Amino acid sequence: MNHTSDRFIDNSRAALANPVLQAALANLKRGFPINRAEVVADLPEFEELRNVARDIKDHTLDHLDVYLEIYERNVRASGGKVHWARNAKEARDTIMRICRDAGARTVTKGKSMVVEEIGLNEALDASEIRRVETDLGEYIIQLRDEPPSHIIVPAVHVTKEEIGDAFREAHEGLDPTRALSEPADITAEARTRLREAYFSAEVGITGANFLVAESGSSIIVTNEGNGDLTQTLARTHVVVASLEKIVPTMEDAFAILRLLARSSTGQEFSVYTSVSNGPKRSDDLDGPKAYHVVLVDNGRSSMLGTNQQDMLRCIQCAACINHCPVYSAVGGHAYGWIYPGPMGAVLTPSLTNIAASAHLPNASTFCGQCEQVCPMKIPLIKMMRHHRNSAHQQGHGGKVSKFALFFWSYFAGRPALYRTLTGIGVGVLAALAIGRGRLKSLPLVGGWTANRDLPAPEGGTFLTRYRRGER
Amino acid sequence: MSETRDVILSTIRQSLRRGPIYGEARAALEERIRSHPRHLIPSRAGQPPAALIDLFIAKARAASTSVVEVSDRGEIPQAVMDYLANENLPARLVQAPGLHDLDWAAAPTVEVRMGAAEKADEASLSKGLAGVAETGTLLLVSGPENPTTLNFVPPTHLVVLFRNDVVPAYEDAWDLLRVNGTNPRSANFITGPSRTGDIEQKIQIGVHGPLRLHLILVGR
Ligand code: SF4
Repeated sequence: MNHTSDRFIDNSRAALANPVLQAALANLKRGFPINRAEVVADLPEFEELRNVARDIKDHTLDHLDVYLEIYERNVRASGGKVHWARNAKEARDTIMRICRDAGARTVTKGKSMVVEEIGLNEALDASEIRRVETDLGEYIIQLRDEPPSHIIVPAVHVTKEEIGDAFREAHEGLDPTRALSEPADITAEARTRLREAYFSAEVGITGANFLVAESGSSIIVTNEGNGDLTQTLARTHVVVASLEKIVPTMEDAFAILRLLARSSTGQEFSVYTSVSNGPKRSDDLDGPKAYHVVLVDNGRSSMLGTNQQDMLRCIQCAACINHCPVYSAVGGHAYGWIYPGPMGAVLTPSLTNIAASAHLPNASTFCGQCEQVCPMKIPLIKMMRHHRNSAHQQGHGGKVSKFALFFWSYFAGRPALYRTLTGIGVGVLAALAIGRGRLKSLPLVGGWTANRDLPAPEGGTFLTRYRRGER
Repeated sequence: MSETRDVILSTIRQSLRRGPIYGEARAALEERIRSHPRHLIPSRAGQPPAALIDLFIAKARAASTSVVEVSDRGEIPQAVMDYLANENLPARLVQAPGLHDLDWAAAPTVEVRMGAAEKADEASLSKGLAGVAETGTLLLVSGPENPTTLNFVPPTHLVVLFRNDVVPAYEDAWDLLRVNGTNPRSANFITGPSRTGDIEQKIQIGVHGPLRLHLILVGR
């Protein structure tokens, strides 16, 4: 997809002025974080498991070459093929070749961020092959020809009315009197339409949440069951995964799985955790006849051994996104690439280039919520600082301050919003605002406010309300 | 192709500032895989058997799985018939070959076909290898006895599970496979019917996979 991270400020302005998007983001804020808090409270071992998970991934990354070799050996042993791709183009070319060799006319796809990352959708759409997204959210944005705005709920910015309209436009033969106003109607219509695709697809492409070295298995975690239909019913199953998805054993995967759904959607476990191992066996009654894995590097091997290595622990749960006040204010599209929120602010500059995404590491109020909820204990704030420093050294500093000012003034003008979004206590903000309606500093851009004193337009009102004990 | 592979592996080693790992260090990594040590298991999985069954049922229900208990396998057909009738569903299903010895004489109105699921199938019946108490999760594994399509294609999925197969944690369920020495093509951990929150974050049950997941728990 096109990269518009360099337009972050303009993107953000537009997002803040879009009432539909603001309502959707408010929904998001009320959903996942609350569910997460409940299930985390229900698992006393949660904190200790975060340490365990961090250590498993650190061990794996430190020996990544060995575990990849063992993984490859075991995929082969179960009859699958492993393909290696250094960059997006190699990955796309490999997958397109597999599709053509399989005689693909229809390709079904499960949700996968790395597949978005390598730009496979554009390659498929430019070919004669029909691409059918099977994750409901992905299907919706495919019909609307939009990029995802969240890594777990890609169509979070779309209203049900807009979905109904998109279905009416795209679904030939749809009875015009048929109701499509409620989520249940829409879900039923999607179910009917996609069923045909699962059964006709020659190739099914999925991502992987884990690749297991000990057995050469791939694991996908979903709620809809679309990934399972995709990988079970197509004649050829292609797994696309980035290198860091490897874990040594199933025990390692289980430890991290205990954190994944809880951190992500606030479920104790996702509906489907499916472990796949090679193609259909001789006595199996179903399953794909061919099983391919495309291992994508695309810049990750170079992050090892640097101050960006910790980011390779990311399991893409989106907890940092769901708890981020900046994401909650501007949504995913503002970030200009597929990875939004704090994880995107760290990952995008590593995977793309610092100049185009120089704003992103500043898309933070440095409130620290992301780090507190990250199940893999990734020091997101510190890593954003590293990127900011590199951007500064490379001469992108001007943009950086402009960005900081934009966000600073946005939140300074809305202390109540800032407080709600970040959960930072009223008292803290009140202390920061020190009377005269001016904010001396905000845990936002440390150095920036040190020698500047900016007006806080609603500070007075806010403080008055605070004194009256209103919240 | 293999050239690409070697470039990636050597970039990894360069970044990690070391060469390939041989000898003892390598053996230690192979040993970690061979012994696959367990990590911290939540204490909720450490309860006595009766409490674990209760936990399993409660967690399964919380995930929208409906659960019925029967005392022995002879009662399974009746339980299936009753469930389909109560839900106003047609008395037809496709059954896992592994359950071939069920005696349907007790439920003569139910039409049973054996095999993998097809597009038009409305209900399926399969056998769970294990139930995981910690989250009310079922483990089903593929093979000629239990085709994977039964778990995903029909809108109604019924699963037979024996009480003895309820285990505390995911690791215990996986050990059942390790002990058998089987490495199935597909192993599905299933916690409730299919669902989505993709439309305005409102949870909808039954999107691509089953709309209904019904568990028949067998044994005393
Ligand atoms: S950075 Fe942490 S919280 Fe954010 S998506 Fe990755 S693992 Fe989840």
